[in-house]
Parts: sequence; C-alpha cells; structure tokens
Amino acid sequence: MHYMLLFNETAAELGKRTDPARADAYWGGWTAYMQAIAQSGAMVSGNGLQPPEVSTTIRVENGKRHVVDGPFADTKEILGGYIILDVPDLDAALEWAARAPCVSAGSVEIRPVMLPPAA
Amino acid sequence: MDGERRAAAREAEAAARSSYGKLVAILASRTRDIAAAEDALADAFAAALAQWPRDGVPANPVGWLMTVARRSVGHAEGRRRTAAAAENVLRMLDEERDEVRPDSFGDDRLALMFVCAHPAIDSEAQAPLMLQTVLGLDAERIAASFLVSAATMSQRLVRAKRKIRDAGIAFSIPDSGEVPARIASVLSAIYAAYGTAWEDVTGADSKLRNLAAEAIWLARLLRQLLPEDPEVMGLLSLMLHCQARSAARRSAEGAFVPLHDQDMTVWSRSMIEEAETHLRSAARLATPGRFQTEAAIQSLHAHQRMTGERFAEPLVCLYDALARFAPTTGVLVARAVAHAENGDSAAALAQLDEIPNVGRYQPYWAARARVSWLSGDEDAAWTSARKAAGLSNDAGVRAFLLAGGFRGTGR
Repeated sequence: MHYMLLFNETAAELGKRTDPARADAYWGGWTAYMQAIAQSGAMVSGNGLQPPEVSTTIRVENGKRHVVDGPFADTKEILGGYIILDVPDLDAALEWAARAPCVSAGSVEIRPVMLPPAA
Repeated sequence: MDGERRAAAREAEAAARSSYGKLVAILASRTRDIAAAEDALADAFAAALAQWPRDGVPANPVGWLMTVARRSVGHAEGRRRTAAAAENVLRMLDEERDEVRPDSFGDDRLALMFVCAHPAIDSEAQAPLMLQTVLGLDAERIAASFLVSAATMSQRLVRAKRKIRDAGIAFSIPDSGEVPARIASVLSAIYAAYGTAWEDVTGADSKLRNLAAEAIWLARLLRQLLPEDPEVMGLLSLMLHCQARSAARRSAEGAFVPLHDQDMTVWSRSMIEEAETHLRSAARLATPGRFQTEAAIQSLHAHQRMTGERFAEPLVCLYDALARFAPTTGVLVARAVAHAENGDSAAALAQLDEIPNVGRYQPYWAARARVSWLSGDEDAAWTSARKAAGLSNDAGVRAFLLAGGFRGTGR
C-alpha cells in the first residue's frame, strides 16, 4: 500500500534550517532519514518544502480570484515536506513515521493514498 | 416434514451462534474488510436457511457456511470493482493457497482482537468493535453495556471498520514489543463480553451463556500467548471466581440470591482453586493493575463466605485502588457500597452524589438503596430500591429489590 507521510514542523524546528549553529544537525538528520528509507526500498517519492513565507494561497469566489501571501491559515505546525512510501500496512508506515526528525518537534500525519478505480 | 424443516433451521441458527466470531475473523483476516466479511456471512446464513430445510443439513455446517461466505466476498468485491478491493481478494486467494494450518481459529480471532485494539482506532470504539466482530454481539446490546445510544454505537462501529479497511491495518498478532500498548483494550473487551453474559442472570439467552465461556476461552488463549502478563492472569482469575459462583446466583424458583445468601455447596471449588492459582502467579510479578485488583476483591468475597470472617476494611482498600486504576461508573458505585459496608455511610453517600450521568443506570440505584439503608435512612432506601426495580430488566432482581433485599440478612 502507498502512504503519504506529511511532516509537520514547529516554527522553531523550521527555523533550524537557516540557523548556522543548527543547520548542519538539522539537514544531517533529514538526509540520513531519507537515505535509510530509500535503501529499504520503501521510498516512492518525496520532497522538502520551502517555508510558508514563500507560500501563496488562492481562492476563487464567484469567479473572482483572491490571492494572498502565505498559507491559508495560521497554525502551530507547518507542513515542511512529504514522502510517499510503499509498505505492506499501517504499522510499517508508522514505524517509518516514528523515525522522522520532526516527530518530536511537530508531528507526522499518515494518509493512505487513494487508488484509482479499476478500468 | 415441518419437523425436519424446523430442525434444519435450528441447526443453521446453532452454527451461526457458535461460529460467528470465528468465521468473521477468518474472512476478515484475508480481506482486511470486516464489514464485507459480515455481509458475506449474512448472505451465507440466509442461503443456509433457504437450502438446509430443503436439502438437509450438510455434514460440516460451519465449513459449508465458510465456503459460501468466501464466494460471496468474491462476488461483492467484483461488484465494487476497485483496484483496492481486487488487491484484497487476490491476497485472500493467495493466502488460501498457501494455507497449511488445519485449524487457525484461535490465532485468527486473537489477531482480529489486536486489530480492533490498534491505537489508530478511536479508543471508544475498540472494545465495542471486538465484541461485535469477534463475539458476534449486536450493536444494540453493546450500546446498552457501554451506556450510549444504539445509533451512536452503530455509527462508531461503521467508522472504525472503514478505518481498518482503508488505512491498511495489518491482521496479525503484533510483535511482542507492541503487545503491552494494545493488551489493555483487548482485556477490557473480553471483560465487557463476560459482563454482558453475567447480567443475564437467568441464563435465559443461550447465546449469552456461550459468551461467558468464550470470554474465559479467549483469556486462556491470551494466557498462553503472554505467559508473563499479570493482568491477563488477573482477568482470568476474576472471571473464574465469578463463574465459579454462577450456579448459586439463583434459587430453584429463579429468585435472585445475593452473594452472602448463596449456597456455597453449589460453588465450583475447582474453578475457585484455579482462580486463586492465577492470582498468586500474578502477585509474584509485583505489578498490580485493574484486573488483579478486581480478582483480589472477588477472592476476598469468596473467603468472607467460606471462613465467616469479615474483610470490610481490606475491601475498602482494594476498591480505592481499583477506582484509581479504572474510575468507571460501575467501579465507583461498588466502591461507595464497600465504604458503607465498612461503616462509613456518610462518605459513601457523598461518593454516590458525585458520580455523573446515573439517572438510568440500574446498579447505581440498587447500590444507593443499600447505602441509604446502612445510613439509617429507610425511606430513601425504599425510594432508590423502587427506582432500581423500575430500571431492572430481570424479574428476579426486581422482586429482590421490591422485597427490601437491600436490608441484607443474617449480619
């Protein structure tokens, strides 16, 4: 089964990306994590995401476009990246999620990926 | 002819009752879809009711039901025609081909219980889900045991089954590291099943009579799977203590007999001895918990009768401990009675006043009658006893309450 892991990070955790004293440890942790998944053969795809400061949100109401700077709503945790895993069941996905660097400084949401209807 | 028909229908019903949980467990462990397994079984039972009276009861009724239900799962999945469903059916066929175990009933049912206890399932739904899928109780009866409406319970169960299917929760007994996190819900569900059977004091419902035996059977299975778990020992001990006295709970005329008036010669000594053995093994591990405490309470009740000594004070300590482990409505009510029996009816009444949402909870009013009586307020005792009688669904219990059973005898 395919599962999406959504990595939610606190603002403080995300701030480590650009903090010279902490950036090495931050990126080192994520790189090792991603490599471990890839080596296990479970990785389908995945990406880190740039911070919400460069995010843009659009809504269309009655044909009119509303474009705003930043994510839709203020939240305590920010989506910092995602991966798609191919593993046998939820427990296997949970096992990988529990190893994510942000799991103790944010959270990881696990969503089964929808399969297309058979032809 | 009509006699034969009726016999076949009875046979179908008996097979349905005795094997429901086993069949759901086997079907669902292959497809991971509990709702589909239940639908398929319902189809198979309907087919049995149509065919067996006409063609005779097959030599292996449970095997027949299993075959028809498996075919029905295949058809239903075909109709749904989604890739996910097809994948599940392929898995089922694959595993059937590989199957070498002649009788995996026990393992399948335990695996299903652990699936229901997965932390990804709403905790409120876990025990009810086990009762419905593993032991075949209907939603209405489960709702009554958990003090919620039948509609709420059905919704909870449907949602949980969908989650199990769509989130891809594995049907297997978890690794030993994962077991402790899930064992508490498994034990609660087994105890809830036993409790449901226990409430049917007259033993009028044969399905419920089975349920008590099944609950004990599941606990024994767990005892083998987890030989070092003190709470498993505690639960088994608790149920054996209660079961040992089950025959003494009614007089020959069907009247309700409270513990202190029971005929001890009808108690099963072998069950009591086994219960005590499990409790001692648990105590050696020095990790107390809810079920060990409840078993210890039942053990004291039994000793109180057998030795004629009164253990009111140790019982208060045990009930206080139990209320810390499991502050459920039932435990809080029983704890208040223990305090009153130990001479502190003022504290008992104060505790009873603090318990919320007890308007229609029959045991509360029965307990309140006893506590009021012990506090010397006879009028209040009668008022509560009448209320408890009105809420009881058992004629024997009703008669006991209306005859002033709360006054006790011989003490």
